[in-house]
Amino acid sequence: MKLSPEHSMKECKTGRIHSLESFGTVDGPGIRFVVFFQGCPMRCQYCHNPDTWEVHAGTEMTVREILDMYDKNRHFYKNGGITATGGEPLLQMDFLTELFTEAKKEGIHTCLDTSGIMYRQERQEEYGRLFAVTDLVLLDIKHSDPRGHLSLTSQKQDHILEFLHALELANVPVVIRHVVVPGITDKEEELRGLGRIIGTLRNLKGLEVLPYHTMGVSKYESLGIEYPLKGLESMDKQDAKKAREIILNEIRRVRRGRKE
Amino acid sequence: MREEWASFKEGIWEKEINVRDFIQKNYTPYDGDDSFLAGPTERTKELWAQVMELSRQEREKGGVLDMDTKIISTITSHGPGYLDKDKETIVGFQTDKPFKRSLQPYGGIRMAIKACEDNGYHVDPQVVEFFTKHRKTHNDGVFDAYTPEMRACRSSHIITGLPDAYGRGRIIGDYRRVALYGVDRLIEDKQHQKDTTRTIMYSDVTREREELSEQIKALKELKELGQIYGYDISRPAKNVQEAIQWLYFGYLAAIKEQNGAAMSLGRTSTFIDIYAERDLQNGTFTEEQIQEFVDHFIMKLRLVKFARTPEYNALFSGDPTWVTESIGGMGIDGRHMVTKMSYRYLHTLSNLGTAPEPNLTVLWSTRLPQNFKRFCAKTSIESSSIQYENDDLMRVTHGDDYAIACCVSSMRVGKEMQFFGARANLAKCLLYAINGGVDEVSKKQVGPKYRPVTSEYLDYDEVMDKFHDMMKWLAGVYVNALNIIHYMHDKYCYERLQMALHDKKITRWFATGIAGLSVVADSLSAIKYAKVKTVRDENGIVVDYEVEGDFPKYGNDDDRVDEIAYDIVHDFMAYVKGNHTYRGGVPTTSILTITSNVVYGKNTGSTPDGRKGGQPFAPGANPMHHRDCHGAVASLASVSKLPFRDAQDGISNTFSIIPGALGKDDAILFDDISFELEPDCACCEPNASLDEE
Repeated sequence: MKLSPEHSMKECKTGRIHSLESFGTVDGPGIRFVVFFQGCPMRCQYCHNPDTWEVHAGTEMTVREILDMYDKNRHFYKNGGITATGGEPLLQMDFLTELFTEAKKEGIHTCLDTSGIMYRQERQEEYGRLFAVTDLVLLDIKHSDPRGHLSLTSQKQDHILEFLHALELANVPVVIRHVVVPGITDKEEELRGLGRIIGTLRNLKGLEVLPYHTMGVSKYESLGIEYPLKGLESMDKQDAKKAREIILNEIRRVRRGRKE
Repeated sequence: MREEWASFKEGIWEKEINVRDFIQKNYTPYDGDDSFLAGPTERTKELWAQVMELSRQEREKGGVLDMDTKIISTITSHGPGYLDKDKETIVGFQTDKPFKRSLQPYGGIRMAIKACEDNGYHVDPQVVEFFTKHRKTHNDGVFDAYTPEMRACRSSHIITGLPDAYGRGRIIGDYRRVALYGVDRLIEDKQHQKDTTRTIMYSDVTREREELSEQIKALKELKELGQIYGYDISRPAKNVQEAIQWLYFGYLAAIKEQNGAAMSLGRTSTFIDIYAERDLQNGTFTEEQIQEFVDHFIMKLRLVKFARTPEYNALFSGDPTWVTESIGGMGIDGRHMVTKMSYRYLHTLSNLGTAPEPNLTVLWSTRLPQNFKRFCAKTSIESSSIQYENDDLMRVTHGDDYAIACCVSSMRVGKEMQFFGARANLAKCLLYAINGGVDEVSKKQVGPKYRPVTSEYLDYDEVMDKFHDMMKWLAGVYVNALNIIHYMHDKYCYERLQMALHDKKITRWFATGIAGLSVVADSLSAIKYAKVKTVRDENGIVVDYEVEGDFPKYGNDDDRVDEIAYDIVHDFMAYVKGNHTYRGGVPTTSILTITSNVVYGKNTGSTPDGRKGGQPFAPGANPMHHRDCHGAVASLASVSKLPFRDAQDGISNTFSIIPGALGKDDAILFDDISFELEPDCACCEPNASLDEE
């Protein structure tokens, strides 16, 4: 699949926003104001927000408009902050950087939930500016195996690993997210592979292993898109815990090896 | 000092009836955690098993196990009743046995008869005859005085749920007084009040003297009630078991005489804790024993039962008694008022299992101790049975010894009472404004024949103008109907025992209420920001609306519509205040149709916000179903903009959330595993604080 052109934000200071959630509790620490960016180049088979894929949809909003909504209820967010998710926020790099820059000026904790797919080494400087105003990255690593990644998401894995490296260099705290999909990302080798990828990261602060669920299915129906994982049942929470333990063990192994 | 008061810190409370002073001088704030709590004793488990069995039998019989059809319930009408006398540490039932509902006809004989008939019982014909021919009830009195307009408003449901056929409730006796002072001292005090009334017999002085006499008689009967169960409650309680028992007798006497719409308990836990602390220190009782007393007390409160009709239960969604107990809060001197007893009360939800009654209500402040907040959160998660209310907001007006009656009505205990006033259906009022006072369902002329809207599309300014006129009319009919109701209730169904546990000089809150706020706000927003087309029947009466375009909806933190909601509350309250109120009542209003929103919606036609006729309103001050689409904080923010000063009787927002949406239940951060990592940065601290409001 062809990569969608990056939404140009150079002239207009607005971003394309899918929706806003004023009570986010699962995307970063504390209670958070969650901004769902519109548009995503990935087509993850289990995506539960297919309504955020289309790049040209959504509502145009300015940074000020978003922060005004945040400010009105900022006492709710005193242990939380703002989270950019989507869609893929990095598709609207300029707008995202401006949002976080302004947020940091107001002392707001910033969290970026991303797949990292948009990263390019030649744009290091731009990313450096974003990293400088990002307190935490929730990096969703879809699949540890390059081939598995391509077939699951329609995108190559390389840029994500480069992004991970850049985050480590910039010392941006990162929490890794991994969705365990039965038959796709639940194999021991795949999970251990993930442990090896993230094991040596010095900026690794947490690991979140999410069980696959089917809550997004109805959205596919209303959008008239064929659901790729039709018939696949939700995963038990306990199985996700086991998967997390496998990854953690691998991380421990990698770290012991490095010490020796 | 009296021997029962030994080791209490002295104060003005010894000289005058002043429970608050006693509490402030003697209570011990508790900052620790819940590790001191004791589980249920064997006796508690056995008694509760007995209750569960009786509950099962009651359910199988269709909701009522037994009813008294002959003996009129008074404070002393029934002999002692027990579950198991040897096991109960706190005793007393409304009749001679548990689960038997008492006969209380003073609110209205018709309601009493119907409550029996609907459950397969028949009131003794002699009783019926007596209360039809010889003794008038509150209900009869009200209907003798109602105007035709009031009756029309009532039957068309623009004013609904009026306490004109049943007990009004919402009055909290200061039951703690019974424990602290003993009944004799309270009688003495009331006698003194009677001896010092004004001496020229204006009608209000005459009424006052008669009421004080009634109060004294009630107190004497209260002593008898103690004797029936083998206790001498003429003197103060001398330990925690007695304090709970004395207090409960006070409450029991109230519910034996009043089948009120809400019979709340007050704010008793911190008071009781003073006795518990003293007993623990003296070695009188152990923690296990004290928890057992509390468990048995709460068990009794769970078994409060009234005879009610299916319609009543439909209006209130179940068979609620609103035995509300207010827990915690902050003192005005800056100390929090959480004690070990606050924990013990909440701990009954774990010892006895969860239950909707008593309605345990935590008066929440950001400054409550962290341990208590955690315990509340934990208990809420396990039981879903705690109600929270904003102490920081209410303390400003009511100080630190107020309690909640029913669900949100705050009043200073023993110093303030409320005339309960049900509510006005403002959504219907808006439709009357559009249709010139013609009811959209019955097509009858109910309101005044003001000029209706005749245009095809609604114009905001025109509708607002007419809506204001109609609100003003409605407020007048409504307040005056309530004036009649409370006059008659005082006359025929006076709460003599509850008022005996009040000061002589009391503030009377004149409560009114609003139903359908979010429907009206969204309707007006639709008219202002979208286009609303009227659909008329053959007589030109608007019976439906077509909304063209989108409009800001209440519940999304959008000032454009939230301001409309604010204005409606403020304006309606202004019209309420423009009326004379019975007995110098201070007008308040509430926005709290927690359960009856379904019934109100059923009786209201289609509204300009796109809601179809018969569809439920949102409960209380809630946004309409599925119209808030920016998450919980935005939804709550809309509600929080409503003017509390105008709606001091309470604003409720019913809010349910799936546990998963409150955050992750398992740790994702690496604080549990020792890694060779740099020190955790502050940004990654897990969300442990409960300070979120």
